[in-house]
Amino acid sequence: MADKVLMKGNEAIAEAAIHAGCRHYFGYPITPQTEIAAYMAKKMPKIGGTFLQAESEIAAINMVYGVASTGYRVMTSSSSPGIALKSEGLSYLAGSDLPALVVNVQRGGPGLGGIQPSQSDYFQATKAGGHGDFRMIVLAPASVQEMAELTVKGFELADTYRMTAMILADGTMGQMMEPVALDDLVVKPAPEKPWAITGTKMQRPHNIVNSLSLVPEELEQFNFARYERYRYIEENEVLYEEYMMDDAEICIAAFGIAARVSKNAINEARKQGIKVGMIRPITLWPFPKEVFRRAADKVNSFISVELSMGQMIEDVRLATECKKPVTLCNRAGGMIPSPEQVLEAIKKAAKGGEN
Amino acid sequence: MSTKQMLFSGFGGQGILFAGKFIAYKGLMEDKQVSWLPSYGPEMRGGTASCSVIVSDEPVGSPIVSNPDILIAMNLPSLDKFESTVVPGGMIFADSTLIERKVARDDVQVFYIPATQLASDNGTPTLANMIIVGKVLKEIGDYNEENITAALKKVISAKRADMLEINLGAMRIGAEN
Repeated sequence: MADKVLMKGNEAIAEAAIHAGCRHYFGYPITPQTEIAAYMAKKMPKIGGTFLQAESEIAAINMVYGVASTGYRVMTSSSSPGIALKSEGLSYLAGSDLPALVVNVQRGGPGLGGIQPSQSDYFQATKAGGHGDFRMIVLAPASVQEMAELTVKGFELADTYRMTAMILADGTMGQMMEPVALDDLVVKPAPEKPWAITGTKMQRPHNIVNSLSLVPEELEQFNFARYERYRYIEENEVLYEEYMMDDAEICIAAFGIAARVSKNAINEARKQGIKVGMIRPITLWPFPKEVFRRAADKVNSFISVELSMGQMIEDVRLATECKKPVTLCNRAGGMIPSPEQVLEAIKKAAKGGEN
Repeated sequence: MSTKQMLFSGFGGQGILFAGKFIAYKGLMEDKQVSWLPSYGPEMRGGTASCSVIVSDEPVGSPIVSNPDILIAMNLPSLDKFESTVVPGGMIFADSTLIERKVARDDVQVFYIPATQLASDNGTPTLANMIIVGKVLKEIGDYNEENITAALKKVISAKRADMLEINLGAMRIGAEN
């Protein structure tokens, strides 16, 4: 077994990014993700990398665009209001088919909101990262080990599909320490990037990286091609974890910290004889539609446990085609549902029977 | 057993987060499942600080400790805030140098340690935290200097190796009081 160290989730992301070959980080400090920047500031100069604290979030995402154009692995990180500022850049990255890793350690909103944990950027990450028709691969870690593993995975997926991968974490995941085995991280070599701007050396035609396309017939074709790729991703890159689903009559849907809290509630409910399980999406986009669709034929009801006013619940309803009732168990604004609150929701659902 | 939910609380600067981290590392080195979650943000800059630590034989679910088995309160605001949250039959360790009042509950075990005074008398005024940790480990039957030393090596950087003996000394004071 590899040697385990205690690390904060934020530090695990930073270390895993370096592990994955990322040598360029651009960011602007914001709680609760500043440890990522602090870690990069310390490490990057020692390994010949670039750490740059930009003048703003907007500047940072455009620096990411620049490095991504050259084919090098690159990342930025921020928290909710800071990610909102990056949305123009996220759209430009999509329009130029550039790979990048973006980390959002969410805090309560809207507006400047607070600094406590939240999951209320689900819509923003999975549906509205910026203007135009595009998707980002959205990965939702639920442990510090996953913060590390999904960072590596994020770089790989971004390179493979030439798009942005986003780590959607929250303040708890960023701040908590858990044992991590970094030596276990396996990094596949980055693919060739024949499209990258590397200097032609007079040996090949110019590569052009650009998101402007004034001929609508052409722009439509770019969109069609991109969505072809998205369909392939939806079929091949879905990740989720099932917990006690074999005989479950109630299914909890939860990701990240909400899934951790729900596990406590499920274990307690099982002791009381209630058959409850959980589907934990690890990729929020692509959403694990198929496993939810199948579960809808087996269970009596669903409970979406979220640190928001109810965002993922819409995808659960879509995936289950509203065949079974889906209720919401939530806190918002930086508050976290307690295991007791989730247990109450489970008991209520159990009483509802087949509804 | 086996899940211990612990809440460390006090002023920023009292080494609350460090004490929690030490306990988490000690658990890790004993092959337990552990988690450590700090309060963060402005609280860490001179106000009250706290951290949740879970040491368990099972995988840790929620890392948030709302009802601790063990509460370490190093100042009055912390005791005021968290006293009622301790599970019945749980333990409260209070720094009696800084907390003049007694614990009001009669369904928990209470230990008063003049940790700040003892630390000062020992010439290590910044180590009241580790004196309390020594007392906690003693009372839960987990005071083992070999394991303590191994965990200290993880939380104290090699450059400050001299601090290892000093921290161990502080814990010894706690265990003996």
